[in-house]
Amino acid sequence: MMVRRECLAEIARRRGDALVVAVYSAGFDWIEISPHPLNFFSVGAMGQASSNALGFAIGLPDRQIIVLDGDGSLLMNLGSLVTIAGVAPTNLIHFVCQNGCYEVNGEHPIPAQNLVSFAGLARAAGYRTVAEFSDIEVLRSELPGIIQAPGPTFATLHMRRSVKPQRDFSVLFAATAQERFQSGLANAMKDRKPSLF
Amino acid sequence: MQDVSNDSQLDGSAIISALIKSSIQVVVTVPDIITSVGLLWPLSRHPGIKLVRVCKEDEGVSICSALSYCGRRSALLMQQTGLLDSLNAVRGIAVEYKQPICMLVGMVWKEPGLPSRLSKKYAVRIVEPILKAMEIDYVCIEDDTDVNLIGAAIDRAYEMSRPVVVLFGKGIRE
Repeated sequence: MMVRRECLAEIARRRGDALVVAVYSAGFDWIEISPHPLNFFSVGAMGQASSNALGFAIGLPDRQIIVLDGDGSLLMNLGSLVTIAGVAPTNLIHFVCQNGCYEVNGEHPIPAQNLVSFAGLARAAGYRTVAEFSDIEVLRSELPGIIQAPGPTFATLHMRRSVKPQRDFSVLFAATAQERFQSGLANAMKDRKPSLF
Repeated sequence: MQDVSNDSQLDGSAIISALIKSSIQVVVTVPDIITSVGLLWPLSRHPGIKLVRVCKEDEGVSICSALSYCGRRSALLMQQTGLLDSLNAVRGIAVEYKQPICMLVGMVWKEPGLPSRLSKKYAVRIVEPILKAMEIDYVCIEDDTDVNLIGAAIDRAYEMSRPVVVLFGKGIRE
């Protein structure tokens, strides 16, 4: 079993200029580990990170899009796996932090906590590349290949529950976070708006 | 029963022209019987539209939101039952985060010519009051003369960065 912050630190080392969509617990850690104008926090509606990421992958076809999803979040939007596989964006990498619980909502277990295989679901949905990791050394060595593989790519990160810290939700919900992202995206897109067709 | 004779249906080509004129590039959809023949199938063949088929309508709210951040105009095409199913995403993403989500909604079971709020069908008459309660702008397309409202509604949504709903009160012919 891995620790979320260790996993995210490995991804941060390899993010390059990727746009990263993160949810709740992963978002809180990510904002500290990889502060960047192209961090988008998917909050306010349930389980929508993967769909947000698909929208960015369509709208920015020449930029890598990384989504840091949660297991509880993805369960609320499982159909997005099929939608993403159908659109088949080569620039989308979908990580799921699987700790088996709704961490920010009282640490209740997710349904079928010890049964569900998110990698299996993604494979069956039709993602091009699928992997899962439970050892940080293996993740470290295989991450470059995962990031370079043509997407859509899916990787489950098996991790233990984090020690529950105090969370300031305003960090993710703040209008300033959205403004910072919009401004960062406008800069990134300056003079560059590739065709969708 | 919905009247499906051609004369009583809306002109799909005029609706598509309005979408193109408003710079809509992407249409995200769950198929709907009202808009299927005259709008969705032609859109699926249109060279200027990228069609994204989703499993649930709330996915479409998020996809359209992300596209708007990227400076791309899009529309979410669905049935009012799908709109009702995705209200939390509409609330959280479109309203609270002030996103220009343009929703094109086929009103299944609506009696043509009768204002939806007067419908005998519960699934029809609740739609406008819900949109009003959520403070979401909407326009009703009841005949072909209303189609020119669509472009203006989409343009206003993007200018004001707020959601809009277009309610199709009839079937649509190709």
